[in-house]
Amino acid sequence: MTEQAPILILLFPFLTAIFVALLGAKVPAASWPLTIASLGASICATLTTLIQVLENGTIRYYVGGWAPPFGIELRIDGLNALVAVTVATVAFLGAIYSKDRVESETENKGPQYYALYLLLAAGLLGIVITGDAFNLYVLLEIAALTSYALLAMGNKRATLAAFKYLIMGTIGASFYLLGVGYLYIKTGSLNMVDIQEQLIANGLQDSSTVQVAFIMITVGLWVKMAFFPLHAWLPNSYAFGPTTSSSIMAPLVTKVMIYVMVRMVLTVFGPVYAFEVLDWGNIVVWLAVIAILAGSIGALAQKDLRKMLTFLIIAEVGYMVGGVWLVDETGMTGAIYHIISDAFMTLCVFLFAGIVFAKTGARDIYAVDGLFKKMPITMIGFIVGAFSLIGIPPTAGFFSKWYLIQGGINSGNWEYVIALLISSLVNAVLFFRIIEIAYFGKKPAEGHIHHHGDDHTKISEAPITQLIPLLGTAAIILLIGIFNKDLVAVIQDFLEPFNLVAGIR
Amino acid sequence: MVAIEALADKFNYWVYIVIMMIGLYAMVSKNNLIKKLIGMSVFQTAIILFYVSIGYKDEATIPILYHDQVHGAHHAEEGDHSDEGAHHDETHAMEAIAKEATHHGNDHAVDADHAEVDEHEADHVIDAHVMHNESDHAFEAGHGGLDIDPNQFENPLVHVLMLTAIVVGVATLGVGLAITQKLYGEFGTIEEHEIIEQLRTGND
Repeated sequence: MTEQAPILILLFPFLTAIFVALLGAKVPAASWPLTIASLGASICATLTTLIQVLENGTIRYYVGGWAPPFGIELRIDGLNALVAVTVATVAFLGAIYSKDRVESETENKGPQYYALYLLLAAGLLGIVITGDAFNLYVLLEIAALTSYALLAMGNKRATLAAFKYLIMGTIGASFYLLGVGYLYIKTGSLNMVDIQEQLIANGLQDSSTVQVAFIMITVGLWVKMAFFPLHAWLPNSYAFGPTTSSSIMAPLVTKVMIYVMVRMVLTVFGPVYAFEVLDWGNIVVWLAVIAILAGSIGALAQKDLRKMLTFLIIAEVGYMVGGVWLVDETGMTGAIYHIISDAFMTLCVFLFAGIVFAKTGARDIYAVDGLFKKMPITMIGFIVGAFSLIGIPPTAGFFSKWYLIQGGINSGNWEYVIALLISSLVNAVLFFRIIEIAYFGKKPAEGHIHHHGDDHTKISEAPITQLIPLLGTAAIILLIGIFNKDLVAVIQDFLEPFNLVAGIR
Repeated sequence: MVAIEALADKFNYWVYIVIMMIGLYAMVSKNNLIKKLIGMSVFQTAIILFYVSIGYKDEATIPILYHDQVHGAHHAEEGDHSDEGAHHDETHAMEAIAKEATHHGNDHAVDADHAEVDEHEADHVIDAHVMHNESDHAFEAGHGGLDIDPNQFENPLVHVLMLTAIVVGVATLGVGLAITQKLYGEFGTIEEHEIIEQLRTGND
């Protein structure tokens, strides 16, 4: 059974999605328990895989028994295993949160919602564990198509945003597909490891075709991960979609795309090619600096709570892209660490924003007015997430930022270090403002409060299905922070063969 | 003249870029949502053209092996080698495959089951050569002593990939049309600027 764990990660949510879609019309009430059960099983499969990877090293699972490079391979090493656990856990927690909210936010489309949700989870998990570049494209589109539908279930603005996302997402995925095509021309392979071997064996480092492939894939992924100048689709779609949809998509979609970029840079093209032959490092780090600053400034300008958080995602994407391109082992460790910690802290604050929206019906940040007294437990969960985004120890955000800054210093990219510090300050301003409003009940001088006049005296603690995921996420953030040494050890074990330190300019 | 030669040499690739840019232009700058979706389809079709061009070879044929052809080849091998028919290329390949089949310890005529198995093997071998063909690998005698010239077969893999990509494209178009319909239901228009205008003026 355990040797089948890699494929089970994918099969549980995928098959349950079909089942939920078929059963949903007859027994809508069964959708939620089935979703929870299958995602729970998927978490078990990812944990089994992680333990196996830690014990025996990389797992290579041949789908259908066809050996690579002809067959599709699931290839799981330290990096995938960690990201897969993260994705499964975030999807599980988001599914618990969905229970009370789905019916009211998606016009009674519960079963359809859960079926799409499971397909999205299956697509994202598939992207993480596959070892085949074309298979990754198909899974990318599975994840993307379900995202469009999940977002379009929201209000009027969300529908338009979902349409724009569809156009942008298709452009991004198509560029990725073109890049894979150019790689195929030169290497004749679609298996990630085999591509790398062919590139080295045939001395294709100077080939302009491979360079075109690299540019196409990188730009395509940047569109999908909302890297700053290509971010336009993200804020509106995540801010106006149903809170249940954005609480899985905001933490996962961009982070999984960053994982794919790391995978492309390290495994497919190889660090020597990506960092030394092309030598884009400095330019991309500067782009990341711009992304971080633009995201932070954008967040400062927002009054809408969820929209503010979406701009923080754009800044965080800048952190990770910059971290990858610092060309430094510590920076890369920080970027991978940040993929995991950022997934949980984004989930935490989005769950909070969802709970506030559910309770008060208001979108702007003054909706949190006086919530400390009314829902203290919810606020505690939120504060952990907020502290992590600011970077206060012992939360996960502190340690991942620590490694990123350390990497910036090691490689001499001071602009990146300064941008990270500025962004942390901005996060502090943003979140302490919310905490202040929630604690002291500070109201704006005029306006803004007309949505919640009398009725907000009735607000009480959030229901248990919303508290469990929020507090669970908060606990995970603390755990990731406290056990940072173990996590970093796993990441550095994975990075060791790539020899990043030796290749630094 | 050099420019024309460069154009003619890589004609498919030039055309795919032109078509792709037309699609991209429609996606980015058209106001009508349906026109945007048409642009998206054009864009995706250009990628299909690109992939199919990768697999194309002059004078090559499709890499499909029929059971009776395998038998025929086997008989041809036992008989004379003067088969100069229209399908000489395939026969040549089949012959090699038939040899491989017998090589597997079956001296009798290739029965249907074996033909099935060996077809798969043969496909792989063909793939392996096709793959290395692009990366300046000179053709050598194949794996397991097979002697198949990959230049006589089109690369089937890219066609398979594009079948998947077509399915993905249709699905994307379907979702796009569904979202457009929802937008039309909500706003009564499919012109993007009118929708944005309604969102700006209306207090939703």
